[in-house]
Amino acid sequence: MKHVIVIGGGVAGMQCASELLKEGVKVTLLEKEQNTGGKLRNWYKLFPTYTPAEEVLSALRHKLTGAKNLTIKTGSEATAITPKKVTLSSGEELDCDAAVIATGFTLFDARIKEEYGYGIYDNVITSADLEQMFTRGEVRLKNGGKPKRIAILHCVGSRDEKVCQRHCSKVCCVTGVKQAIELKHLFPEATVFNFYMDIRMFGPGYEEMYREAQTQYNVHFVRGRISEVSPTFDDKLQIKAEDTLTGRPLKMGVDMLVLLVGMKANDLNSDLVEKSFLKQQPSGFMQPRNSFLGNVESNVGGIFYAGAVTAPKNVGESLNEGTAAARAAIEWLARK
Amino acid sequence: MKRSSWTDYQKEIADNDYYYARSCIRQNFFPGSEKVFLSILGKDLGRNIYDDPLHTSCTGIGYHSDVVPLETIMTVVARQFALMNEAGYENFTSSCITSFGIYTELLATWEEFPEMLDKTRENLYKATGREFKIPKNLAHTSDVIFHHREEIAQKAKRKLVNAYTGEPLRVVEHIGCHYAKIFPKKGVGGSEFPYVLAGMVESWGGEIVDYPERRHCCGFGFRNYLVQANRGYSIANSHKKLESMAPQKPDFIVCNCPGCSMFLDKWQYTIAEMEGTTYGQNGQGIPVLTYEEMAGLILGYDPWADLGMQMHQVDVEPLLDKLGIEYDPAAKYLGRNGKYIGKPEAALINGCSEDRLYKINR
Repeated sequence: MKHVIVIGGGVAGMQCASELLKEGVKVTLLEKEQNTGGKLRNWYKLFPTYTPAEEVLSALRHKLTGAKNLTIKTGSEATAITPKKVTLSSGEELDCDAAVIATGFTLFDARIKEEYGYGIYDNVITSADLEQMFTRGEVRLKNGGKPKRIAILHCVGSRDEKVCQRHCSKVCCVTGVKQAIELKHLFPEATVFNFYMDIRMFGPGYEEMYREAQTQYNVHFVRGRISEVSPTFDDKLQIKAEDTLTGRPLKMGVDMLVLLVGMKANDLNSDLVEKSFLKQQPSGFMQPRNSFLGNVESNVGGIFYAGAVTAPKNVGESLNEGTAAARAAIEWLARK
Repeated sequence: MKRSSWTDYQKEIADNDYYYARSCIRQNFFPGSEKVFLSILGKDLGRNIYDDPLHTSCTGIGYHSDVVPLETIMTVVARQFALMNEAGYENFTSSCITSFGIYTELLATWEEFPEMLDKTRENLYKATGREFKIPKNLAHTSDVIFHHREEIAQKAKRKLVNAYTGEPLRVVEHIGCHYAKIFPKKGVGGSEFPYVLAGMVESWGGEIVDYPERRHCCGFGFRNYLVQANRGYSIANSHKKLESMAPQKPDFIVCNCPGCSMFLDKWQYTIAEMEGTTYGQNGQGIPVLTYEEMAGLILGYDPWADLGMQMHQVDVEPLLDKLGIEYDPAAKYLGRNGKYIGKPEAALINGCSEDRLYKINR
C-alpha cells in the first residue's frame, strides 16, 4: 500500500487526507499543534454564508474519524521533507512514497505596525481576536462596556512595502465586511467604519455582502489608511487617517479598533527551502511548479502543495486544493 | 504608560570617552543645558568628554532649508569627524537632534552609496587637507544620559515626585522628529513609543503620560518657522499639542530637541498673549525642561546659576516648589558675576492677571 504523508492538519490537509484515504492510500497526517483544524479552529463564522467554522471542521473530522489507514500525529513538526522521507523535529524519520505540504500561512503580527498600538492600547484588537470574541460571545471593551464607535482597518500587513508584505491577502476585505455586519448585529446602535485602500470582492456573494453592509447595516466605508492611533483622556482611541475620496485628513475618536491582519508566508517556509530543495516566491509563499497546469505540484517530483502554503486563499479554495493535491499525488504514485 | 516594544529598539551607546558636538541654538535659549551636561558627565559620572572649540555647525538648519547642498553638508560633517579623530576620540555625541539626524542620515547614505563617501573624502581633503574615519559610536546626548540614568538615579538628591502629595510627577515627553522618525532603529525605543526620555523619567521617579498628539511635531519644521509667512503653521502645531496634552494635567514637558524645547516654551507665551489661553493646572503655563535640566534638578544643581532656567519663557518656580527645591528668588536675574541682567515684563503665561500690551483680562 502506498503511503503519503500530509504535513499540516488544517482544512487543506484534512481534505487532502480524506481524498487519499478514499483511494486506498495509507496516510499519515502531521499537525504541529495538539489538535487538527489549523487556523479555522479560531474562527467564528465564514463569509459569505455565515456558516459556522465549526460546522466545516466537524464535517472534515468526521471524514477522518475511524479511518483504518490513517495515522494522525499531533504535536509533530516536519523539519525536512523529501518524496521518500519526512524528518520530524523530534528526530524521528518517517518513510513515505509522496508528501503533501499543507502548512498554510502565518498570521501577520500586528505589533509590527507599531503606530496602531496593538498590545499597548487595550481596545486595539485584531480580526483574529474579534473572531475569538465572537466565539466566546464576549465582544466587549476592556472595561466591560459596549463599543459605540468601531473602526475596522484593512490591509494591516498586506500590500505594505514598509513591512515587506507586498502581496494582497485577498480575504481581509470580505472579512472586514463580514465582521462589520456581525458587529452591527450585536450592537445595532454602534457606528462602524471600514478604512480601506481598495475593496476587493472577488468571490461569489462577496460584492452583494459589501452592498448589503452599506444599504442594510449602514456600515461606513472610508477610502484611506489610518496613520496612527493614540489614547484620549476619556479612554477612547483617537485615529488619524486621510479620506482620499474627499482629499482631506480625518481625525476621530472610536471605542474599538479592529486590525484586519493579513496572511504572510509561513515562517517555516525558508527552512523548507533550505532543507528540501523547494522553491519560494518573492513573497515568501512556496512556488508551485506551474501557476496554471501544476499549481499543486512543487518543483520536486513527489512533493505537492495544498492550500495557503502557496498563496493567500479562502477556505473553499483551500479545500479544493486539498482535493486537487490528493488527485495529483495519486496520479504520481500510479506513474511510478 | 504601557509599552511592549521599546526593548526591541536597543542601540549601542558608548560608556565613556565622548567627542562632544554642541548645538547652534541651544546656548541661546537654554544656555545651562550644555554646560550642565558636561558637568554631569565629567564631575558626577566621572566620564571623559571632550568639548572641542574647533567644531562648527553641522549646517543642518541650512540643509533642511534648502540653502546648503548635500555635498557641502557631507564635507562639513566629514570635517567634524576628522576633528574627532585628531583629538583621539571614536565616540561622537551631538547635543542637537537635527545634527544627530544629519549624522545618522549621512552615515547611512555613505554605507548605501560608497561612491558618495569617496567623493566626500576627496572634497574634505581638497578643502582642508584632512582625512577622517567613521565614528565607532554615534549617540545623541540624551542617549548618553539615558545610558547612565540608573547611575544618575543613585546619585540624585531628589526624585521626580510631588513634594506636597508624594505622587510621581506627571511628565509629557517629546523626542523631536529627527531623533527617530527618520531612522527608528537609531533611537532608544524607536519612533512610535520612544523610551529615551521616558526611561529617564521612570528611573527618576516620575510618570509618563500619553496623549493623542504625542507624536505630533512641535511645529518648528525649519521652513515653518524660518519663513516668516509660515509661522502660523508653527504655532498651530504647538497649539494642537498643548490643547491635546492639557487634559492630562502634566506637571512639566521634557524635550529632546533644541527647537522643540524652544517652541513648546515660547509659543505658550504667544498663545496666552493672543488668546488669553494657558495650559498649566495653576492657570499659568506648563514648564518645559530639557533632559539635562531635568537631570540637573534631581542631582541638586542650582536652577539659576547652574541651569540658567531664568531664560525659560514659562516660569519654572511652580515646578521647583513641587519638587521641593529650595532656591533664591532674588538670584533669578543675576548673571554669573552677580550683576543684575534685567527682568522681563510680567505676562499672562506667568500669572499676571492682565496683559499689559493687548489688554486681555483673565
